[in-house]
Amino acid sequence: MSNFLDRNVKWLFPLPAILFILVMMVFPILYTVWNSMTPWSISAGRPPTFFGLENYQKLPDDSRFVASIGRTFYFTILAVSLEVILGVAIALLLNREFRFKRIINSIMLLPMMATPVAIAMVWLLMYVPTTGIINFVLRAFGLPEGLWVYNAQSVIPALALVDVWEWTPMIILICLAGLTALPHDPFEAAVVDGASTWQTIRYITLPMLMPTISVATLLRLIDAIKTFDIIYTMTQGGPGFTSETINIYAFVQSFQYFNFGYASSVLVVFFAVVLSVSLLVTYSRRSLEI
Amino acid sequence: MAKPQPKKRTAAQVLGDVIFYVVVLIILGFFLAPFLWMVFNSFKTPLQIAKMPPDWIFTPTLANYQNVFSSQKFGNYLWNSIVIGAGSTFFGLVLGLPAAYAIARYKQYGIATAILIARIVPGITFLIPLFILFRQLQMIDTYQSLILAHMLVALPFIVWVMVPFFESIPQELEEAARVDGASILQAFFQIILPISGPGIVTGAILAFVFSWNNFMFSIQLATSNTKTVPVAIYNFIGYAQIDWGGLMAAAVTITLPVLVLALFTQRYVIRGLTAGAVKG
Repeated sequence: MSNFLDRNVKWLFPLPAILFILVMMVFPILYTVWNSMTPWSISAGRPPTFFGLENYQKLPDDSRFVASIGRTFYFTILAVSLEVILGVAIALLLNREFRFKRIINSIMLLPMMATPVAIAMVWLLMYVPTTGIINFVLRAFGLPEGLWVYNAQSVIPALALVDVWEWTPMIILICLAGLTALPHDPFEAAVVDGASTWQTIRYITLPMLMPTISVATLLRLIDAIKTFDIIYTMTQGGPGFTSETINIYAFVQSFQYFNFGYASSVLVVFFAVVLSVSLLVTYSRRSLEI
Repeated sequence: MAKPQPKKRTAAQVLGDVIFYVVVLIILGFFLAPFLWMVFNSFKTPLQIAKMPPDWIFTPTLANYQNVFSSQKFGNYLWNSIVIGAGSTFFGLVLGLPAAYAIARYKQYGIATAILIARIVPGITFLIPLFILFRQLQMIDTYQSLILAHMLVALPFIVWVMVPFFESIPQELEEAARVDGASILQAFFQIILPISGPGIVTGAILAFVFSWNNFMFSIQLATSNTKTVPVAIYNFIGYAQIDWGGLMAAAVTITLPVLVLALFTQRYVIRGLTAGAVKG
């Protein structure tokens, strides 16, 4: 018994996890692909039958779907680029010894660990145009007020701001960890050569930190493109459909209209989009050797 | 070089420090403000919440918390979140620890890739088939189905944290035990796991927190009996008039345990969240 275990431990140890993966991941993925080729919806009241790629042919004519793709990229690019710029800048600023550094590290942890639904509710309260604190502060400084998530033009930037608040700390923490892992020699050489702080950052720190930054960016891209909790709880895709991203649209198609077949085709396309974004980022990183 | 004596700093240096601390304060203010606003308003009456400029000094009321816990069955939802979070973390460890060990020691990277795909695939891709499957098996609104679904969240975190941790344990430890006649199972349980405490704690905390925070699976797989707190909070705004005070009290109640957990274990958590990223 013990011998058998020892010889096959390579497979026996991960076996329960492999079974779980098969039932809970591989089956759902394959089932979704199959579903996407059936016209199944609860309202049809008949068992699903295979009908090929019809769902996919309908997608380009579905203006709500097409609009949701653009919106997803708008939200993702806006949020992640702000997060990376702010995150790297703040990490460079905090990368020195000073009092309270540990406390600041703890505080950075809070936004990303807090329950997103709870966070969404607080931002919703702060965004209320008439009695919200944000417009009150803007008014106090004589700045123009906004309608935030309550307006079609500003809803995506307002949602992106919540994402920036929630996830910039992750970029900061990853970059701080990356900065402490950098070798000292180049910095000493720079000091000897009389480089200014800005030159050191521009020509030494940033290039050496680039691998860390690009991994952090990739992680954020993959998650931001799938943002669900904040958008769904704050706007349900509204006003109108103006904050309906692909993820929200797939959810609405599935669990409000119960068009499981059509929703599945949306999901397959969505998965292809997420996958190609991650491959693109990984590939461009390799080919640029950064 | 002699140790620099504490000397009078130049005006420019002092100014630089002042600017530095002001900027740090602004950054902290940005990240802390929503939390403070949440706590602040949870002790206010609806009229006080709607008042601008806000009353900075006021008599706090506990009415919102009483309302949340008495009329909203919130205690039940908290219990559900604890059971589902603990269950998915426990079974995530049972499956994840041996799997992570096999990945680290026997280079089973295929399994690692499969588990990390769960991170890339949109959650709804799992939700529709699981919803249909659990409905067939009459498992909607049971702890079992929710724990299974939440393991999709828990397992990747545990593997993500444990693979580099196991890789950092010197192989000689295990080999020495084997020479002394221990089987691989004995070596794993008596040598490897006892020294893996920090890694297991990190993985378990991350798994628990992200299961606790999960909204998407619970909203569809739970109805009344196993509803978790994030869904309960969301249901608060289903009414015509939003009860902001109750909403903020509920938000504080759900966020506080997570934040306390994160703060007490911040060293591990930061390591867990940034694992793998720094190596590039």
